[in-house]
Amino acid sequence: MARIIGVEVPPNKRIDIALRYIYGIGPTNAKEVLVKAKIDPSIRAKDLTEQQLSQIVHAIQDGKYVIEGDLRREIGMNLKRLQGIKCYRGIRHLRGLPVRGQRTQTNARTRKGPRKTVGVVRSPTAKTGIH
Amino acid sequence: MGRSIKKGPFIDGHLLEKITKAKATMSKTPIKTWSRRSMITPDFVGLTFTVHNGKVFNPVFVTENMVGHRLGEFSPTRTFKKHGAHTAKAEAK
Repeated sequence: MARIIGVEVPPNKRIDIALRYIYGIGPTNAKEVLVKAKIDPSIRAKDLTEQQLSQIVHAIQDGKYVIEGDLRREIGMNLKRLQGIKCYRGIRHLRGLPVRGQRTQTNARTRKGPRKTVGVVRSPTAKTGIH
Repeated sequence: MGRSIKKGPFIDGHLLEKITKAKATMSKTPIKTWSRRSMITPDFVGLTFTVHNGKVFNPVFVTENMVGHRLGEFSPTRTFKKHGAHTAKAEAK
């Protein structure tokens, strides 16, 4: 069990891959961290010594990477700001529609989620038809 | 590609005139404008604009958070339509 900064537990993978399980560390940042910590990227995460682990932790903390909770909070704040000022992007986020001008007649399923079929719902005040 | 920093933010000249006038006279009347493309700069803060959306003028009160956005972003041009009956429950959202 390798633990790097709190709760990250990626054991049998190469350390350069395992680091990417930290929210906010991707391929580029993982490589940078390892170069800074002077650690061979091909070591498995479980084979790291205590000292190497602390080197990695230091490299991450000194590198001013915004990770995990801080990053999530930052993203949340950005969304809140956009929604608070009621600008176009904020409204699109609120409605769960694509924000950057994509089409919505078709596709956009990533933002809209699974298809919801809406049948004909008559408004209670509408007059009943002839048929 | 973004706009060159050298040029500074884009604001329509006619809008800028109205703003300097409003600032000088401390008037609180909303500034009517069609210039949706103008960037909001710090000196817009505290003013009210009515921004055209192609049909009507929507009132926009500028706060500090809005700096860097454009006026048009606050005056939606499309009406959001939902499927189904427009019951009170659905409208309450």
